[in-house]
Amino acid sequence: MLMTQQQALEVLASHRGDNIVVTTMSSVGIWPQFSDSPLDFAYIPSAMGHAPGLGLGLALAQKKHGIIVVNGDGCMLMNLGSLVTLTQNPANVYLVILENGLYEVTGGQKVAGAGRTDFAQIARGAGIQRVYDCDTLAGWQDASAQVLSGLGPVVVCLKVEGRIGQKTPKAPRPMREQIARLKEALHIPCS
Amino acid sequence: MLDGPGVVAALKRQGVTHAIWIPDSELGTWEGAMTAPNGLQLVRVCREGEAFAVAAGLWLGGQRPIVIVQCTGFFEAGDALRNILHDMHIPLFLIVGVRSYYLHQEGKTADSCPVFTEPILQAWRVPYVVLDPRRHTADDLAQEYRRALDEKRAGAVLIAE
Repeated sequence: MLMTQQQALEVLASHRGDNIVVTTMSSVGIWPQFSDSPLDFAYIPSAMGHAPGLGLGLALAQKKHGIIVVNGDGCMLMNLGSLVTLTQNPANVYLVILENGLYEVTGGQKVAGAGRTDFAQIARGAGIQRVYDCDTLAGWQDASAQVLSGLGPVVVCLKVEGRIGQKTPKAPRPMREQIARLKEALHIPCS
Repeated sequence: MLDGPGVVAALKRQGVTHAIWIPDSELGTWEGAMTAPNGLQLVRVCREGEAFAVAAGLWLGGQRPIVIVQCTGFFEAGDALRNILHDMHIPLFLIVGVRSYYLHQEGKTADSCPVFTEPILQAWRVPYVVLDPRRHTADDLAQEYRRALDEKRAGAVLIAE
């Protein structure tokens, strides 16, 4: 039985440590159930498919915090090259791909290649050395501590239940406030 | 004259830390200077929109990145530019190579790149200047960067090709 996104993110929250967590799309609406840290960054409104790039930049900018990017399969398909970029520029980025085969935030239409695309294989082919694939909640619970420790880049693919009829989630606070909060947590002057 | 060593030195004097790029044939001649021991930290990406995202992350983390791309990739990167400059209000600075600029000025090309580059920058509300590598210098480029930085806004220089 597939895990729900709530279950997947609850496990993630319990092992995130002091990593920065960048959420996108569906996960933006769920993550606040488990965390409201200054090191949380709800990347919405976003540029489609570019959360891995944002996370990579944050990871390259500072070494203290790793960056967990929670991406959907639809977002990944918009920027598969980001997997190659993560290999090209090694940094502590932990890319969590929530696979539900749907564009949830537009109501639940199927993504291209739903149920056929093997993101873990694509990540390996892109040169990512640490790739994990979890189909069940128990598997994710067992693997999560290992996945979210050690050096990045890491890709973990989690098969999750899709939800139909969802709407685009809202960030818990405005973008300017999020940026100021994150920069303050990183001790970076706001400019 | 705009050349790699001059551009890198001028940008470093302005505090630029990283260059995120997908070069074209003209900007690509700067690569040796970019990757030299005293160069910038070069971040190679796969798509131009991704360059904006990486630069945004670097900026959030306290660095001073610039984005270097050709106009064709700039066209492709519209959604990323819109989001990062106008939703996130991150004041990135871009260097954009304009393919066929001179030939277009002389009416000797059907390449549509120079037709659309400036109108699209205007549409995205990015202040810009056009630099002619034959008569402008790296200091001119650095001055535009400094101006954008001081005014806390995005900016671009177009490199005529």
